[in-house]
Amino acid sequence: MIGYRALVSARFRALLQYRSAAVAGIGTQLFWGLIRVMIFEAFFLSSTASQPMELADVITYIWLGQAFLVVLPWNVDRDLQSMVRSGGVTYELLRPMNVYNAWYWRAVALRTAPTLLRSVPLLVLAALFFDLQAPASLASGLAFVVAMIGAVALSAAFTNLLSIALLWTVSGEGLTYMAPGVVAIFSGNIVPLPFFPDWAQTAIRLLPFSGIVDSPFRLYVGHIPPSDLLLVVAHQLVWTFAFVALGKWMMARSLRRIEFQGG
Amino acid sequence: MNLINNAYVYGRFLEISIRSQMQYRVSFIMLSLGHLISTGIEFIGMLVLFDRFGTLRDWELSEVAFMYGVVNIAFSISDAATRGFDTFGTMVKSGDFDRLLTRPRSTALQLAGQELTLRRVGRLAQGLIILIWASSGLDIDWNAARFGLLVFAVFGGAALFAGLIVLQATLAFWTTETLEIMNAVTYGGVETTQYPVVIYRAWFRDIFFYVILLATVSYFPTLAILDRVDPLGTSVTFQYLSPLIGFVFLAVTLRVWQFGVRHYTSTGS
Repeated sequence: MIGYRALVSARFRALLQYRSAAVAGIGTQLFWGLIRVMIFEAFFLSSTASQPMELADVITYIWLGQAFLVVLPWNVDRDLQSMVRSGGVTYELLRPMNVYNAWYWRAVALRTAPTLLRSVPLLVLAALFFDLQAPASLASGLAFVVAMIGAVALSAAFTNLLSIALLWTVSGEGLTYMAPGVVAIFSGNIVPLPFFPDWAQTAIRLLPFSGIVDSPFRLYVGHIPPSDLLLVVAHQLVWTFAFVALGKWMMARSLRRIEFQGG
Repeated sequence: MNLINNAYVYGRFLEISIRSQMQYRVSFIMLSLGHLISTGIEFIGMLVLFDRFGTLRDWELSEVAFMYGVVNIAFSISDAATRGFDTFGTMVKSGDFDRLLTRPRSTALQLAGQELTLRRVGRLAQGLIILIWASSGLDIDWNAARFGLLVFAVFGGAALFAGLIVLQATLAFWTTETLEIMNAVTYGGVETTQYPVVIYRAWFRDIFFYVILLATVSYFPTLAILDRVDPLGTSVTFQYLSPLIGFVFLAVTLRVWQFGVRHYTSTGS
């Protein structure tokens, strides 16, 4: 356990170095959020029909999405990627810890450290100037925090699948290239999930990605009542365990007949 | 003579670039597919919203989709052609740019010819499919002028995006780093101009008219092709001429680039 803690804290210190990237990221994401907000404003002006979410809630949802963008499993650890390319990944197998677990904690650091840098200033700016609201209630706020922890656990499990897929070189790289799009649309990052057609709702909710963005954010705005927190967490945990099991299996398989690049 | 020779050199650059990318065929197909999917999700988002709301102000889905197609085709062309400028920051950092200066061709030509990124065909295909699909749903009175304007708008847009990317690279002469924030202008510009800019708040819309100029190459020509009256009151003549701004902008940014080259000091590594 001490080993994993040391690994996470080392990764944290490394990832927190990218401060100017964070500043640039904040600027870009403010811009992005603003475009999204204005598109929704225009759509809401176009129709008088009742919508599955109020505009004010959608705006808050959008800003949360920008603040917690890096929680989405849209990339893999760059160091791991170059280790696989250079062959340095062999050292990972020599360390006295379980490779799956070590990579899992790496993924946790990758999902949380940049988020810590970015989310606070973005949330403050969005709250001051761009209509980000406070949580619907204290209970909603607490439920959101719990659900975000579940989101990180789930997202890290999925990130780890992508990292392990890198061991299959070419097809693995294709996967890491395709995953972000799928994740973005089915998590609610592009459009909040309640706006999807009614016939697709159940299927989209059951997919793992709703647990990373949509469920926690809707808890925050009160669109999902805090009393449903257990359901949200159960969904997140089931998928997390499924991804962990799949990841361990994939890793065991690919390590059984692995060939290392020289160097 | 000089121009012809430059064009010949550029053609050779592209040939080499394409041949080298085709050595990894599986990887190329994977990356193109990935690119198609990751850029296509924006359109899925648009479909979802139109399915819920019906219209966007007085714009129909097929009209907005048409604009979306034009912008994405334009961006994919410039994105494929300007890869060298895109990675220019790392070149400055490593000092590799010095080598370019010793060669008897302009640096802009060498960077432009560095790579024609074929996997960008993903976005191009997506844009084309959506443009054709949108046109079939619209009652456009196609004639030579309208078709010419469409081609003009696509290349004017590509020139404008290319100009923005050149400008982004030029900044690296002073910052020795490609400024990520400029991505807000390029990628954010695509995101913004996929929708008719009139829907945005006035101050934001004006940035895209007067500062980043992107609205001029997508919004105005589309109005003329779709035969819509501009709520902002521009004339049809202006709408036909507006893609010209893209080419002028690119010419200006290349001038700024040359100015940057003259002020280049190597990092010495």
